[in-house]
Amino acid sequence: MTVLADRPEVFGEVHEHEHGHEPSGFLKWVTSTDHKVIGKNYTVTAVIFFLLAGAMAMLIRAQLASPDSTFLSQHTYNEMFTMHGSLMIYLFVGPVAFGGLANYIVPLQIGAPDMAFPRLNALSYWLYLGGGSLMMMGFFTTGSAADFGWVAYAPLSNSINTPGAGPDLWIVALILTGFSAIFTGVNLVSTIYYLRAPGMTMFRMPIFTWNMLVTGILILIAFPVFTSALVFLWCDRHLGAHIYEVSGGGVPVLWQDLFWFFGHPEVYILALPFFGIVTDVIAVFSRKPIFGYRGMVFATISIAALSTSVWAHHMFTTGVVLLPFFSLMSYLIAVPTGIKFFNWIGTMWRGSVRFDTPMLFCIGFLATFLVGGVTGVLLASPPIDFATHDTYFVVAHFHSVVMALVMGAFAGFYYWYPKMTGRMLREGIGKVSFWFMFIGTNVTFDPQYLLGLKGMPRRIAEYAASDGYTTLNRISSAGAALLFISVALFLVNVVWSWWVPIPAGDNPWDATTLEWATTSPPPHHNFVKLPPIRSRRPVWDKNHPEHRILEHDKARLGGMLAAPGGVPVLLDEVGVDGGDPYSKDADR
Amino acid sequence: MKIEAYVLLFVGFFFGCAGLAYWLLSHEDAGSVMLLGTFLLGCLPGGYYLWWSRRMAPRPADDPKASVEDGAGVVGSFPGSSIWPFVLGLGATFVAAALVFGVWTLGVGLFLVVAALVGVIYESRRGGLV
Repeated sequence: MTVLADRPEVFGEVHEHEHGHEPSGFLKWVTSTDHKVIGKNYTVTAVIFFLLAGAMAMLIRAQLASPDSTFLSQHTYNEMFTMHGSLMIYLFVGPVAFGGLANYIVPLQIGAPDMAFPRLNALSYWLYLGGGSLMMMGFFTTGSAADFGWVAYAPLSNSINTPGAGPDLWIVALILTGFSAIFTGVNLVSTIYYLRAPGMTMFRMPIFTWNMLVTGILILIAFPVFTSALVFLWCDRHLGAHIYEVSGGGVPVLWQDLFWFFGHPEVYILALPFFGIVTDVIAVFSRKPIFGYRGMVFATISIAALSTSVWAHHMFTTGVVLLPFFSLMSYLIAVPTGIKFFNWIGTMWRGSVRFDTPMLFCIGFLATFLVGGVTGVLLASPPIDFATHDTYFVVAHFHSVVMALVMGAFAGFYYWYPKMTGRMLREGIGKVSFWFMFIGTNVTFDPQYLLGLKGMPRRIAEYAASDGYTTLNRISSAGAALLFISVALFLVNVVWSWWVPIPAGDNPWDATTLEWATTSPPPHHNFVKLPPIRSRRPVWDKNHPEHRILEHDKARLGGMLAAPGGVPVLLDEVGVDGGDPYSKDADR
Repeated sequence: MKIEAYVLLFVGFFFGCAGLAYWLLSHEDAGSVMLLGTFLLGCLPGGYYLWWSRRMAPRPADDPKASVEDGAGVVGSFPGSSIWPFVLGLGATFVAAALVFGVWTLGVGLFLVVAALVGVIYESRRGGLV
């Protein structure tokens, strides 16, 4: 049934749209084209994949906790680390961000009634679920699941070295999820370009929405390359195409080129959404506008641009890449990332910071991402990379990064759960869960840096007692148990909120962006009325008309009033374009 | 619409420069071609947006002083609930599975895909079934 969405009135009469008959229950889950339902489906599905991948991580750590372990066979161990990586990267961290949280939140943040292409959005979800199910089906085939690592390097991934249905299922699953991601990328970019509410100019969008726009463009750059590389790989395995086979004149390292041209932007497709969440959450819980809003936007764009020209820094040891170019570009990424850190700290500086659970997860994100980022700069240096390539140092580096992103995801869950469900998650148990996660991350992965420096290679199922890796591996496995407890506590928190709900209200955090202007959860087509959008913080303007400009900004502005042209810029920095934002609506 | 165009044109500009530098320094084919593709990905839609942005009146969404009433009226047409995305996704999954398990899932998959395409087109014309 086609529904014409009218632009909501300001404080106008509330009139119900004609929706026709909307199904409920199971049928709603299958047929809905509402971005909120699809966003929730995505989030729940991604969290299930996260739990499965986490269970595999527990098995990996159990295997490595003691030397000469026979807990898992070599073959099973290979399956475990392959599927752990694949589920986490392809099916959890990305989809939970661009399919789950962004799908739900971006239309709300820009005042849109839905995503630009609702049925395409639903198709994205079904392709994602279909692909994820096919990948998991590998465990039930006779040859077992894919076991060539989440990067599937040629020639290990050819039909002689890894035969069977499991690896094939892995390949076609990623073709499906690749299309799913591309459709979501198109949808996000179109939504942000075409469905913004009046007054919501590009430079008034919340940073999360900005980052999702850039993520959408990155998806369009990266995923088609990966999807075609997978099609080539399938042709090699089944049609004898010899694209990655030396024997037929092919080039195995071409797979690495194509894979990492996707793989490195993918890291930022995973990271940018959580940068956005962290920016918005820090601003809300510091009760200040974002420090250096435009700097944040430009930093996001430069990170995205640079991230697509550094792919071969994963291939330094192949000996066929241009070391100075890729090394320089990789170093350069540290500059915009540094700007982001500076601005995050600047946002907290002299704010009245409240340490609620989302804010704790954001601060955990900052600390953990800093460790992962700085070790990344080390690895961008070819001499250091040659020494540490394929050791646990690299494993620890990217797990620091990804665990930071997981903390960003939990910040997003705790921050937007009230908006999505109308219920609060409990603060006490949330804080305990945070500390388990933060300490657990460091206990698990910090020893792995040392293991890497001692020379422990990646992807080995067992090591000898005489190697001297035992103690650090024990500590690392104990840390994994802390992470397990942390995630279990989160699940307890969710179940508890369904059993004994704490009503959230429309805006429990006194947040500032547009998604908090509507009810929790929002009605069909999101808004029955919109506040006037006169700054980056329309909800704050509405709820706190007396505080449009902060006291210390007023003091700062006082000295600047004489400077020609200076005032609008500074007013713009605090998010107001000058004049009274309510002048047009003063009599309403 | 201008800023939207500039964002995409920046993608084209950056990857034009990076691709040129990369080609001159390395003479490596695969990476240069991918960077060329990315350059086009930024330039083509970016140029199109820029072309349009000079021909259209500013939208309320581009006007910092616009009030909500300025955008009054129909925003767009949004489909209601529909079973067809599910059928299309299921069909695509069966078609993909045919690449692994052989042609017997291909028939089911293609049937579902065609049914879904027909369903979506009819739904768009006369309003949906579900």
